[in-house]
Amino acid sequence: MDMLFTLDTGAGFWNPVLWILGAAVAGVIALILYSLGEKGYRKGTAQEDPFISGNPEPEKGLVHVRSGNLYWGFLDAMNGYYRRLVPLHTGDLHDYVLWYMGMTALFLVVVVVFR
Amino acid sequence: MIPPFVIENSPALMVIVPFVAAFIAPFSGRVAPALRALVVGGAMAITSAITLLLASDVYAHGTRLYVFGAQAATLAVPPDSGGIPVRIMFTVDPMSALMLVITAISAFAVVLYSLTSERHHSGLGSYYTLFLLMVTGILGMVSTGDIFNFFVFLEILSIASAGLIAFRIDGGVAVEAAIKYFVLSTIGALAILFAIGIYYGEYNALNMALIAQRMQFTLLDQLALVLIIAALAMKCGAVPMHFWTPDAYSMAPSSITALLVVASQASLYGLFRTVFSLYNIALNAACVGWLIIILGVLSMVVGVTMAIPQKNVKRLMAYHAISQTGYMLLGVGVGLAVLGNQPLLDAFGYMAMEGGIFHIINHAMYKGLLFLTAGAIFFRIGTYDLNKMGGLGHSMKWTMIFFIIGALAIAGIPPFNGFASKLMIYESVFAFNPVLSVIAMVVSILTLASFVKVFHSIFMGPVLPEYKDVREVPRPMLAGMGILALVVILFGIFPSLVVETLVAPAAHALADQGMYIAAVIGGGV
Amino acid sequence: MLYNLPFVAVVVLTIIGLATIVLKRNLIKIFLGITILESAVNLFLVSLGYREGGIAPIYTNAPDRLMVLPTPQALTLTSIVIGVATTALLLSFAIVIWKKYGSIEIGFLRRLKE
Repeated sequence: MDMLFTLDTGAGFWNPVLWILGAAVAGVIALILYSLGEKGYRKGTAQEDPFISGNPEPEKGLVHVRSGNLYWGFLDAMNGYYRRLVPLHTGDLHDYVLWYMGMTALFLVVVVVFR
Repeated sequence: MIPPFVIENSPALMVIVPFVAAFIAPFSGRVAPALRALVVGGAMAITSAITLLLASDVYAHGTRLYVFGAQAATLAVPPDSGGIPVRIMFTVDPMSALMLVITAISAFAVVLYSLTSERHHSGLGSYYTLFLLMVTGILGMVSTGDIFNFFVFLEILSIASAGLIAFRIDGGVAVEAAIKYFVLSTIGALAILFAIGIYYGEYNALNMALIAQRMQFTLLDQLALVLIIAALAMKCGAVPMHFWTPDAYSMAPSSITALLVVASQASLYGLFRTVFSLYNIALNAACVGWLIIILGVLSMVVGVTMAIPQKNVKRLMAYHAISQTGYMLLGVGVGLAVLGNQPLLDAFGYMAMEGGIFHIINHAMYKGLLFLTAGAIFFRIGTYDLNKMGGLGHSMKWTMIFFIIGALAIAGIPPFNGFASKLMIYESVFAFNPVLSVIAMVVSILTLASFVKVFHSIFMGPVLPEYKDVREVPRPMLAGMGILALVVILFGIFPSLVVETLVAPAAHALADQGMYIAAVIGGGV
Repeated sequence: MLYNLPFVAVVVLTIIGLATIVLKRNLIKIFLGITILESAVNLFLVSLGYREGGIAPIYTNAPDRLMVLPTPQALTLTSIVIGVATTALLLSFAIVIWKKYGSIEIGFLRRLKE
C-alpha cells in the first residue's frame, strides 16, 4: 500500500492518497460550516436577483467578461517586457530560418569553445 | 494466447501494420466510409496492442533487438562481419519503450476521437493515410537503432505532419503554417543528414551503438553534435526556435495537434538519445547540460508569458506546450550536467532525469487531452477565438470536466499527474541550482493563471444567445478524451508505480551508455 | 587538393543554398534553395564513399580491385527520393498559396504571427 502510492522525490515525498484524504476531510469541514449558515435563503424569489445599486440588470450575454478583458493589469504592468517580446514573433519565414541558423552557430561556438 | 510469432516480430509489426493500413485506408473508403473507419480503427488498435506488448516485454526482459534480414532477430553482429553490426536494426530499450507507450495511448485515443470529429469533412482517405504514416514515423523514430533509419522515419513524420497541418486549407492560412513548419523541418532534417554523413565518414558506421563505441569527440563530432541538437531542439519547439510551433499547432485539425505533441516528444527523445547514448561522457557534460538547461528555462518563461495574451485558444495551448517542453529540457538537462559525477548523479541527477522523463509522458497525455477538448469546442461552435466564447459549461459538461482535468494537470495541481513530475523536477533542480527551481515554480503559477482565464472565458458565464442550441459532442469523441483523462488521473494517483515501472528504468537506460552499446555489440568488444 | 574538391563544392553549395533560403523573398526560389542544400548534402554523402580509382561495388565476376563504398550511394538514393517528395509537397503548397493569397512573396505569408 505504502510502496504503491508514496513517490520518493529526493528531498521529500508525495502521496496522492493522503492528499485526497486530507482534501476530503477539509471538504467535510467546509460542508459542516456551510450547513451552519443562513437558513433564510429561498429559491425563486427576489433574493436570487443580482443587486446592482438599483440599476436594471443588463442582458445575460452582456454580463460575461470576455477573455480579452482578463489580465489587462498583468499585461499592462509587464508592458515593457511584452513590447520587446511580442514583435519578435514576426511571422516571417526568413526570421524563423535565421533564428534557427543563428542558434546553430551559437551552439557550435559554445560547444567548441567549452569542449 | 498471443502467438509467439507476434511477440518475436513485434518491433517490425508495430511499424508495418500502420504503414500497410495507411495505404489500404483510401481504397477501403471507396467501398464504404464505415469500412474505412473499421480499417483505420482496427489497424490502430492492433498497432497499439503490439506496441504495448513490446513495451511490456522490454520492461520485463530488458533491451530488445530486432535485426532486419538477419537469420535470428537478435543476431546483431553476424559471425563473418568482423564484429560490426551491418544490418538495419531496431534497438528498443526502456527509454524507447516509454515513448512507445506514450504513442500507443495517445494515437489510439486520437483515432477514436477523429473517427467522429472528422466525419463530415472531405478528403478523409488521405487524412487517415497521413495520420497512420505519422504514427509509423513516430514509432520508427523512437525505436530505431540505426541513425540513418532515424532520419528516414523523421522525414516520413515531417512530410505526413506537414500534409496534415495544411489539411484544412482554411483560406490558405493552414497552408502558410504548413510551409513554415516544413521549410524549417526540411532544413533541420538536412542538417541531421549532414551530421550522419560526418559520422559515416569518420567511423564507417551508421549503427548508433557502434558510433557511440568509437566516439572520439573530434571537431567534426562537435559539429555533428551541434547540427543534431539544434535541429531536434527546433523540432521540439525550444525557444528561440519555437516560432513554427504555435502556427502549426493552431492551424492543424485538433486531433492532429494532439499527435503533433507526441511527434515533438519524439524529437525530444532523439535529442536525448543523441546526447546520452551517442556521446555521453565523451562531451563536456556540464557545458552541453547547461546549454539544454538554458534552452529549457527560456522555453518555460517565454512560452508561458507569450501564452497569456493569446486570443486563439489553440495558439495559447501551443505556447503552453512550448513552456512544458521547457520542464523536460530542464529536468533532463540537469541530469546531463552532472553526468559522469556519480555522487551528484545519485543525489539528484537521476531524480531530475526521472522528473523530466515522467513529464514527457504526463505532458503527452494532458496536452493531448487539452487539444482534444479545444477541438470538441470547435466541433460545436466553429471558432477558436476566446473572445467569442462563453457559457459553454451549461451545455458541454463532459468536455468541461475533461478540460478541468487537463488544465489542473498542466498547472501542476495535486492530485493530478503534472504535480508529481513537477515536484520531482523542483526538488532535484533545487539541489542543483535553486534559482532554476524558483523559475520553474513561477512558470507553473503563470500556467495556472492562464488556464483559469481560458476556463473562465470558455465555460463560465451565462448561456450566450448565439450558443443556445449547442449540445455535447458525440460519445466516441468523449471516449477519446476519456481515455486520456483516465490516464491523467491514474498517473496522478499512482505516481510511484509509474515512476518505478516505467520512468526509472528509462532514465537509467538513458544515462547508462555502456548498457546501450553492450546490448547491441556485446560487452566484450 | 583534387581529392578535396568535392568537399569544397559541398561547402560552396551549402552556402549558396542557405543564402538563397534567407535572401530570396519568392517562395519558389526559397524551395530552390532547399533543393540546392539537398544536393550539397547528397554530394557530401557520395563523395564520402568515393575511393580513387575504385570500381562499382558489384561482386559478381569483379576484378580484384579497390571498390567505392556502396552504403553512401544507398543513403544518397534514399535521400534523393525523400527530396523529391519534399519538393513536390512544398511546390503543391506554393500552388495553394498562389490561389488563396494571390502572391507567393514571403511578405504576404504573415497572417499567422505573435
